[in-house]
Amino acid sequence: MTSATRPSPPGAAPSAQTPTRAQTPAPAQAATRAPAAAPAPAALRIAIFPTCIVDAMYPRVAEATVRILERLGHEVVFPPQQTCCSQMHVNSGYFADAYDIVRNHVEAFSDYDYDIAVAPSASCVVSLQHQQPDIARRAGDPACAAVAEAIAGRTFELSKLLIDVLGITDAASQLGSYFPHRVTFHSSCHGLRHMKLGTRQSDLLRTVAGIDYAELPGLEECCGFGGTFSFKNAGTSGAMVADKVAAIQSTGASICAGGDVSCLMNIGGAAQKQKTGITTVHFAEILASTRENPLQVSGDVAVSGGGRSCP
Amino acid sequence: MTTTRPTTVSLGMPTVRHGRGNLFAEEPFTSGAARDLENATLRGNLNFAMHKIRGKRAAVVSEMPDWQQLRAAGSAIKQNVLANLPELLEQFEASFTAAGGHVHWARDADEANAIALRLIQEQGVSEVNKIKSMATQETGLNEFLEDHGITAVETDLAEEIVQLGGDKPSHIVVPAIHRNRDEVRDIFLREIDGVRPDLTSEPADLAEASRQRLRAKFFDNRVAVSGANFGIAETGTLTIVESEGNGRMCLTLPETLITFMGIEKVLPRFADLEVFLQLLPRSSTGERMNPYTSLWTGVTPGDGPQNLHVILIDNGRTATLADEVGRQALHCIRCSACLNVCPVFERAGGHAYGSVYPGPIGAILSPQMTGIEAAANNSLPYASSLCGACYEVCPVKINIPDVLIHLRGADVEARHSARSTAPEAVDETPATGTSASGASRRARLSAAARTGAARIVGAVTRRVPDQMDALMAAAKTAFAKPRLLSIGERGLPLGRILGGRDGKISLLPGLIGGWTQHRIIDAPPAQSFRHWWKRNRPSTPVRRTPEQRANIAALIEANRGRAAELHERFAAPADDYTWLMAAERAAIQQHDATGDTVADYARGTETSATTASGAADEPMKGERA
Amino acid sequence: MSEQTTSAKAEILARIRSALTDNPQPATPVRDYRQHSSADAQTVREMFIDRIVDYKARAFTETSETVAGRIAELLGESGRFVVPEGFPADWLPRDGSAGERIVDTAEAPLSHAELDQLDAVVTSSTVSCAETGTVFLNAGPAEGRRAISLIPDHHICVVPAESIVELVPEALARVDHGQPVTMFSGPSATSDIELQRVEGVHGPRNVDIIILD
Repeated sequence: MTSATRPSPPGAAPSAQTPTRAQTPAPAQAATRAPAAAPAPAALRIAIFPTCIVDAMYPRVAEATVRILERLGHEVVFPPQQTCCSQMHVNSGYFADAYDIVRNHVEAFSDYDYDIAVAPSASCVVSLQHQQPDIARRAGDPACAAVAEAIAGRTFELSKLLIDVLGITDAASQLGSYFPHRVTFHSSCHGLRHMKLGTRQSDLLRTVAGIDYAELPGLEECCGFGGTFSFKNAGTSGAMVADKVAAIQSTGASICAGGDVSCLMNIGGAAQKQKTGITTVHFAEILASTRENPLQVSGDVAVSGGGRSCP
Repeated sequence: MTTTRPTTVSLGMPTVRHGRGNLFAEEPFTSGAARDLENATLRGNLNFAMHKIRGKRAAVVSEMPDWQQLRAAGSAIKQNVLANLPELLEQFEASFTAAGGHVHWARDADEANAIALRLIQEQGVSEVNKIKSMATQETGLNEFLEDHGITAVETDLAEEIVQLGGDKPSHIVVPAIHRNRDEVRDIFLREIDGVRPDLTSEPADLAEASRQRLRAKFFDNRVAVSGANFGIAETGTLTIVESEGNGRMCLTLPETLITFMGIEKVLPRFADLEVFLQLLPRSSTGERMNPYTSLWTGVTPGDGPQNLHVILIDNGRTATLADEVGRQALHCIRCSACLNVCPVFERAGGHAYGSVYPGPIGAILSPQMTGIEAAANNSLPYASSLCGACYEVCPVKINIPDVLIHLRGADVEARHSARSTAPEAVDETPATGTSASGASRRARLSAAARTGAARIVGAVTRRVPDQMDALMAAAKTAFAKPRLLSIGERGLPLGRILGGRDGKISLLPGLIGGWTQHRIIDAPPAQSFRHWWKRNRPSTPVRRTPEQRANIAALIEANRGRAAELHERFAAPADDYTWLMAAERAAIQQHDATGDTVADYARGTETSATTASGAADEPMKGERA
Repeated sequence: MSEQTTSAKAEILARIRSALTDNPQPATPVRDYRQHSSADAQTVREMFIDRIVDYKARAFTETSETVAGRIAELLGESGRFVVPEGFPADWLPRDGSAGERIVDTAEAPLSHAELDQLDAVVTSSTVSCAETGTVFLNAGPAEGRRAISLIPDHHICVVPAESIVELVPEALARVDHGQPVTMFSGPSATSDIELQRVEGVHGPRNVDIIILD
């Protein structure tokens, strides 16, 4: 890792108005002004929306999220009526079914007392922001759409909550995060493009004590998950994830982190099928890992069920 | 290639009319993709070319400080064009006619082809030159003329390669992108009379061979056929954007020029070209400007063709226009940027889409022009992982992922309707369509789609209900009823049995089997998060007073700039493309004010006063008292 | 108009109106992109040269005293070249110093075959866009009809310095749409094989731009 200026991008003329590139451009909104020091926020009541796939398949990601937030002194609550954001139904074209799920989410979060909600997923938060109001409107329910929009506005993806609301810019010192492994990072399309998270997730990872961070070539490339795309167009999806696994292998890292377990399930599943020894983990698990209670990763067992659970 | 398809019968009143011609996937996308995925040469050709063109586009776009302003203007101009289409087309007709040209109108591909044939026959020629044109590919003009004894000579190098190779185009701008240089040389050696036997595979040599073959045809053929990139209502000006000079040859040297133009190609004012002539070349070939652009306004005595015709073509465009969400597909200026960044196109290739419009734009354009139920076009909206790369680069801001999802909804609705409606029972009464409400429009569209569906001969057989329906119904039941989900999750450990000793599920049958061809599935955990929570966080939170709630807006304000501060501590990404796209995305974010933490949260607080309104200290809904 | 045209037109317009019954009211386009250059003339000229050279055209800078000599040098001694009728005589090499000059006139236009036998064409131009490296021909008297600058394989084009603007909107504002417009950016080129750019297909393969002060 160096911060040396790299050569000009291919094809750009010397006289082009291309900025020098010591850093990737920062997200526009963030450049407004930088505060001198973070105020220590009073304890917040944070509602966790683990998302359906984490709830059922990767509970450890939600458990890690709870651990991080409780470590910071906040109260985490779980609105028990919640299930799913409806994205799987929306993306599959089942809008009428999706409406019932949207209504459930709106009920679950509108009658609950919390300061802010968090989800360890960009994809599901994007669905709340863009799909839920649209589905409610299509169903002729503008009132539901308005409340859905309000709930979406108060629901933050984890890295955005940590940085933009809680002021976390150093995981090692502020969260006690420790993970002495070589790690690369896949940026989910929903985080990258739809939510425009920038590099928040990977930036936090890079501040974890002991981490050996390796940039993933082809960060722009979709891993091929795409929900039902992964089995409806299995051949194309399989070709995409094979290329992604090859890119991860090229970094020399045996751990690939990410911010959406759907991508990680896809990449990890393919990596294991190919017997590459590559494991995928959610960045929340790495942030939750400490010297006293480190995340154990060996072979291809991470992010799956079993073994590790939070105390 | 299919040239015609049944369409709805005219019943006097205008209703939704779908397009004909080369717009149909003959087999589901998955089947075509599966074949081409096996073709290692094709995948190699595409991978190389797509990555190269992506980098070029991103580099020349990065030079433009006002790219997002140009995109926004391009999008807004196109929206206005669609909203004022009848007036603009009539104005174009008047201007073009006043400038000495002749305007023809064609309801569909067949009518356009017939008009062209008549005009060509009037000139008494048996061979015409052609400029690469998507509109004539769409109508199947070459095949139609061939059937009537007229040879259409493709003069664009890529179209020439496709034509000589007896092949189908696979890309909008570079139709022979699926061929590498050695394959092109083999085609030229086989098909061009008198070509040098020692022809090499060097692109420069291959281009020279094309020049030698076509030079006499440019001078001798008296009729040319073109498409049009833009037509200006205000002046009657037509525009061709090209590279090789074959366009200039065809626009300048013949006596008769026949231009095929989709009705959505009209622009209000000559000055509007200042937007599109900047957006198109940078998006398309990654050049600051394409080598040649020709603008002509009717007949100029002593300069160029004196007999000018334009054929304005509907062919399913009005059907597309009728869909409030989907109509933005008509903004398309055929640049191919969406194809070039698409990970699905890169792997599957253009032929898998069936239609002459491949890639992401084809996946939303073809099913709308033909009706979602025609042939296998309902498979196209699913040919996407919804990664969103296409939307970012689209120079006219077509939200392709949104339209893909919208069309998936139309497909589900159409399939369910087809099941519940026997073909004999289809109501053939034309929809009245007088209401302006979206709901009734959608109902009208789906009624029209049903009518069309019943008429499609040999439509894909539908299983009733299919695996997808079953999967979605089961998931919906669980997700809409949390108690059921909770009970269901108690069964998760049972799934671990499937996982066997290593905790992995490696082969499943049916629809989900596609997943396990390429991946294992992790066996489910011992307990869900929901159950872990109940066990580990047994205390029940009580409702607080409003004064006890935290001021999140103040926290967000206090931490403004943190993300940038953190970001600046780290080095550049691993590759230049990632860096260029990050810059482009930051510009999009700034221009569109999306993803802004402050604004997003403000939206959320507007109505939060109306929520969480129960009295303090009460247990909240769903919690145990 | 034929019956087919009349009925097809009526039906298409009716279909459009039917498709627009939701009465969309899009916002007026905002034109906040760059429409006027803020760069000085020297910067703009350097940008223009940079871009045309990038396209593999050659660029020269001459004055009214030196332009004829430069054109003579570029033509060589033996070539035959065409000029439009209105091309300024004092920009041209003296007769006999550079090949054979043939003037294309409205009364006696050269045939396509005759043009194909020539080695070069010399024209002026209407306006040029620096940011994209594009020269606009607009069928003026010193530019001629479209065929003469298309068929010969070598195009020598004079670009008066004051006709160079930075931006596409500035250039388009200077053309007369009533006459044919040909915009060229370097020699003809193709990227149709493996997206490798090759200069020279059907249009002129050699392009020389002379910026005239």
